[in-house]
Amino acid sequence: MKAFVNENPGSIDEAVMLAQAALREGRSVSFAGGGTDLLQLVKERVPNRPGSGVPDVLVNLKRVAGIDQVTRNDQGGLTIGGLTSLTDLGANPQLRDRYAVLAEAADSVATRQIRNAGTLAGNVCQRPWCWYYRNGFDCYKAGGNQCFSIAGENQLHAIFGGGPSFIVHPSDLAPALVALDARFRVAGPGGDRSLSSNDFFVLPNEDVAHENVLGDDELLVSAVIPEPSGEIRSHFYKIMDRETWTHAVVSAAVVLEMDGEICRTARIVLGGVAPIPWRVPAAERLLADQRVTPELADSVGIASIEGARPLAKNAYKVPLTRRVVERAVLAAAARA
Amino acid sequence: MDEFREPDAADSAPENGDTSRSGSARQEGHTSEFDVSRRDFIGGTGATIVAANAMPLGAQEAAPSSGNDLAETEVPRSRIAITVNGARHQVDVEDRWTLNELLRDHLELTGSKLGCNRGECGACTVLVDGEPVYSCSTLAVWADGRSILTVEGLGEGGAISRLQQAFIEHNAPQCGFCTSGQLMSATALLERNANPTANEVREALAGNLCRCSNYNAIVEAVLAATETGGA
Repeated sequence: MKAFVNENPGSIDEAVMLAQAALREGRSVSFAGGGTDLLQLVKERVPNRPGSGVPDVLVNLKRVAGIDQVTRNDQGGLTIGGLTSLTDLGANPQLRDRYAVLAEAADSVATRQIRNAGTLAGNVCQRPWCWYYRNGFDCYKAGGNQCFSIAGENQLHAIFGGGPSFIVHPSDLAPALVALDARFRVAGPGGDRSLSSNDFFVLPNEDVAHENVLGDDELLVSAVIPEPSGEIRSHFYKIMDRETWTHAVVSAAVVLEMDGEICRTARIVLGGVAPIPWRVPAAERLLADQRVTPELADSVGIASIEGARPLAKNAYKVPLTRRVVERAVLAAAARA
Repeated sequence: MDEFREPDAADSAPENGDTSRSGSARQEGHTSEFDVSRRDFIGGTGATIVAANAMPLGAQEAAPSSGNDLAETEVPRSRIAITVNGARHQVDVEDRWTLNELLRDHLELTGSKLGCNRGECGACTVLVDGEPVYSCSTLAVWADGRSILTVEGLGEGGAISRLQQAFIEHNAPQCGFCTSGQLMSATALLERNANPTANEVREALAGNLCRCSNYNAIVEAVLAATETGGA
């Protein structure tokens, strides 16, 4: 493996300062949460931060105190530290009880070994798993100026929001967090800022090299989930090309705010189909103030594929998305 | 347990048995310098290791330097303290060493295997503070202060564990390369759930691939090692 320096800051401020110091010296930096994915990129010499090459400095966040827990915040919602492990998220009773979509998303990630090491922030900020990016192609995501999937092997690529890059966002937690209307706390040189998870991710036509707004010296510190105004029923449904241990071909995170058996508002966010977690507002609107029936869920599924533009080899994702949404809505509504 | 051991004896045998070399007049004057096993020689030149408990590194001080001092001093290093199978170690590691490299190449614990080296196959699985992780995909320096259990640490008093015995009785290993990883994942599962169902076993072992595809026998063996013996 390439030689690098490992730094062990004890606080977020120190972590940001170490990153800034390295960048000033012209050295490339990556923050390391669980590090499982980051180390593969380093071993394969795939640029983690586009344009800055393989990291010279890893800023290990595992010694930063107080960012690996789920806590009830003053507003009645939950604050989830960015370093909370995926295993802990899946097992957390408060999440399972009130925000099942997030616990189910965490449980669906990879394997026990990776969930033990992997973190919320790392899952949300992981780089794409496009086989061109991961295998040494000088594509947009690696700092180049081409997307090889357009005329290539695009079975797993985007049907929404693509261009000029057609990667799909690989995170399972990201659709769940957007569906829960989470806010993200980001730390950087200018101090902390808080932004909607909806505004955190960026499409390739806004910034082709990155999947989110983070600068090289910024990190995702925590996710804050607001207190729901009513009863929440939610579900995360993930289709893989085998039963376990891979990314979503298509996934849907569904959050329904219920009033008895009537759905007041719905948020539906798709994974595996677009370069960012993909909201489907037309489908959401159909559920407003409605009783959730199989007929309505079918219509919601149809509405969710409006505007889909498949590539040469991924048209199968369009009907798959329709049925994933239909099933996820019915499963969420059936929660007692 | 023989299947978990690297052939140390085979490593040193050629040197001992090579009469043409030991009979060479040219080398006679250097016998003390050359009379080290290949493993000790590589161990001594590859790294400076300070171990709190007794490690077989007698050759370390006598070993010649590797001749590329500049490159070695430029590689960032850190001093860490870790517990491995109950023994405490103070170790100087390169920041870039994976936990698997430290265990296999520098602590001579070759039970955890290196398969894919990219967090996919599970052959390198060890327990860190009781939970399975891929030792190829975490850094040794990140394990500072943690407690590691490898397959060499299973069982007590020289006896193998109930789970290992079940693996033998149910023919769970075929080629055996994935076995130590399977054992570590299953050991952690039985710690948190003494009576898992077959599906829970499959789920817990999903991150341990078996290229012989002997999954049914592996699940049978784990179930046989539960409190109820899978009944």
